[in-house]
Amino acid sequence: MAPILVANNVTKQFGGLIAVNKLSVEIPEQSISSIIGPNGAGKTTFFNCITGFYTPESGEILFRGSRIDGLRPDQVTQMRISRTYQNIRLFTNLTAIENIMVGYDPHLKTGWLDAVLRTRRYHEDEEAAHREAIRLLHFVGLAGSGDQIARNLPYGAQRRLEIARALASKPGLLLLDEPTAGMNPHETVEMMHFIRNLRDSLGTTIMLIEHDMRLVMGVSEQVTVLDFGEKIAEGLPAEIQSNQRVIEAYLGRGAATEGMSSSQAGNTTT
Amino acid sequence: MLNNAQMNWQKTLQLGLIGGLVGILIALVGMVETFDKRDIIAGVITMGQTLLLLTVLITAYFAARSSTRPGSPLSLLSGTLAGLIFSLMLGLLALAVENFNLRPVLVNASPQLVRILTFDEGLPGGLVQLFLIGAVIGAIGGALHMLPDRIRSAITLGLAVVAFLGLMQEILQVTIRSVPALDDGLAWMFGRGTEKGVSAAGAIVFFIVTVTANLLWMGNSQRVQSRFSKLPARSQRSVRWFLYGLIFLIVLYLPAILGLYLTEVINATGLMILMGLGLNIVVGFAGLLDLGYVAFYAIGAYTIGVLTNLSGELTWAVGMNFWLALPVAIALATFAGILLGIPVLSMRGDYLAIVTLGFGEIIRILALSDFLKPTIGGSQGIVNIPPPMFIQTLINKPQTLYYVIVAGCLLALFIGQRLRDSRLGRSWKAMREDEDVAQAMGINLVATKLLAFATGAAFSGLSGAILAIKLGTIYPHSFALLISINVLALIIVGGMGSIPGVFVGALLLVGLPELLREFAEYRLLIYGALLVVMMQVRPEGFWPEATHKRELHQATPDVVQADTLQAEA
Repeated sequence: MAPILVANNVTKQFGGLIAVNKLSVEIPEQSISSIIGPNGAGKTTFFNCITGFYTPESGEILFRGSRIDGLRPDQVTQMRISRTYQNIRLFTNLTAIENIMVGYDPHLKTGWLDAVLRTRRYHEDEEAAHREAIRLLHFVGLAGSGDQIARNLPYGAQRRLEIARALASKPGLLLLDEPTAGMNPHETVEMMHFIRNLRDSLGTTIMLIEHDMRLVMGVSEQVTVLDFGEKIAEGLPAEIQSNQRVIEAYLGRGAATEGMSSSQAGNTTT
Repeated sequence: MLNNAQMNWQKTLQLGLIGGLVGILIALVGMVETFDKRDIIAGVITMGQTLLLLTVLITAYFAARSSTRPGSPLSLLSGTLAGLIFSLMLGLLALAVENFNLRPVLVNASPQLVRILTFDEGLPGGLVQLFLIGAVIGAIGGALHMLPDRIRSAITLGLAVVAFLGLMQEILQVTIRSVPALDDGLAWMFGRGTEKGVSAAGAIVFFIVTVTANLLWMGNSQRVQSRFSKLPARSQRSVRWFLYGLIFLIVLYLPAILGLYLTEVINATGLMILMGLGLNIVVGFAGLLDLGYVAFYAIGAYTIGVLTNLSGELTWAVGMNFWLALPVAIALATFAGILLGIPVLSMRGDYLAIVTLGFGEIIRILALSDFLKPTIGGSQGIVNIPPPMFIQTLINKPQTLYYVIVAGCLLALFIGQRLRDSRLGRSWKAMREDEDVAQAMGINLVATKLLAFATGAAFSGLSGAILAIKLGTIYPHSFALLISINVLALIIVGGMGSIPGVFVGALLLVGLPELLREFAEYRLLIYGALLVVMMQVRPEGFWPEATHKRELHQATPDVVQADTLQAEA
């Protein structure tokens, strides 16, 4: 199948720091792919390049064959890419339903005058947005919490609400930035099933940034490893697990070659 | 944590001292003396004394609240102690004022102040009375802490109503006197002749009626509401329309009931409500802190001034009809809103505030400048703005202008409320919460921000246009920075993003001070204190933005069930 997202030699610099260096990735349609790497490897920066928050200095990003680098975030979303954030960023003072309805915005056409005059378009739009919000609430298992203010929801529910909001724009590609950060092992397993179910039932291509290796190995079909902004490995989870360079990147060269004690290895990575 | 038999002495002491300092401050800035000229309850208690007693009461309540557990009898002790400390400090103040000549430095440290503090008894004897009353009021404050929430709020409301009626009795009496039958029936409730304030009997009656009504309502409101929601949709609608009709009738006849002065006050408040509704969209919904909002007010007013002016001194004066000039004024204000919006699109928070502040000043200084003097009159402003005609009625009195203002407010209310409940309102709020994420959700920030600025500016322009015919003359000085700040303050006090909050805020910050003109010199002091207290105690405002219940509005569609099953499988 043709890849849904192609990145060619993408480079992003902050002053002297090269956050993403000549990164080339292909994401197959309807796949679940993970991007892993130590802290500061440039994973989130790469996500920000895809979603239009940053413009790469060089290289190109193609989504379904058309260039998306250099577009504004709202334009990227209009092309059906949406995302969640590492530290949950909900609209904290809006209700859960309103959060999802904002996510549905790219499908709405109500203008100023439509809203004031309550034209048919307004009613159709509001109804469609509301229906979709209720549907997604059920889908992510938050039925009954729709009228709660987002900030009052429990942590796990906020994570799922954020995914529901991202799904409201009906994305072809969904970027999840550490969806299990701060979750206990049980919740992590639940999230793993949820992600797989999401792809199977909606056919959405999913890209993950994740630190939880159990989740990464359990759910992904392709794993890309970054270190200091460069791709150091790519392949199936099993291949990555035994890759020498990956182990070096995570545990330090010494640990990989000489098999030093784990406590010292820990020191070198922090 | 404290248990029932414990009390945090330190806290009590601390709060008593803080309260006492506030009391001394109130006395030394002259508020006690100035306010003493009015009675709240005729012959019993003056407004100055009320102010001090209220401070004692609040101090004692907070002392009890922070140093004892709710319901603990020690609340009484804590409150009494705090009240006593408070009155001790006032006693010291009285002694200091009596024995040293503080007046060169502290102008208000006068013998009159000592008389008020000692209840006209003179120094040694009056002090005992002062301490006694301080302790008693303190005990009451402490006792308030022991009461259940419902009863406490009823009592607070009762006291507030009595105080408000006492303050407003002069105006109320004028209104009541216009209906002789009402006057005969209600005269006993108010102080007679030179006495101001409600009578003692009136105060007691008002208090009891308010408390009972409040308790009854609190006890039954849920039952009433649930019974109402069980009614068939048709009768619900007719009840609602009946209420709307009632409100409409009241609004229609208000100027006839209130008389000239009160209508004037309502008009001034209405213009601020209109501005508030606009700024609420910009600041409350969209979260764009605009401190130059007065600029659009000025543009609205000046457009009307220039276009309708008849004096022939201005180069562009065309003597246009007001109703034709009005759309031009609104359009120009809207255009200015967009014009201001474009350069500040990428600015946030403090930067946005500073740039808009500058914009407001630019407009005012342009109005003042000699450069534009031939067209808009410079520092002499524009005089001779003719009152407009509306179907053979000349709008030149507060009572007729009232209807123009009400129409403007209704229009703004209608538009604001409908925008709030639409896609645009959601986008504004999303932008307020997190601009980056809102953009990542596909919201076009440029269009959304500009629409907020434009709508807000349009309301302000409308308000300014009405101001021009209200005053008949406009000067650059009518458009000072303070107006922007006032409008912002009324939104904060009412509740950011809350439409009813705008009305509450405007009544409190514009209507009330207008009625209490004799105390105008303390206006800003009270403003400041109110804002600080609001931010500490009730940052969401007096009437916070309501959240909409939307989930259970609609029966669950069948699709949902299928999806849920799928998701759970």
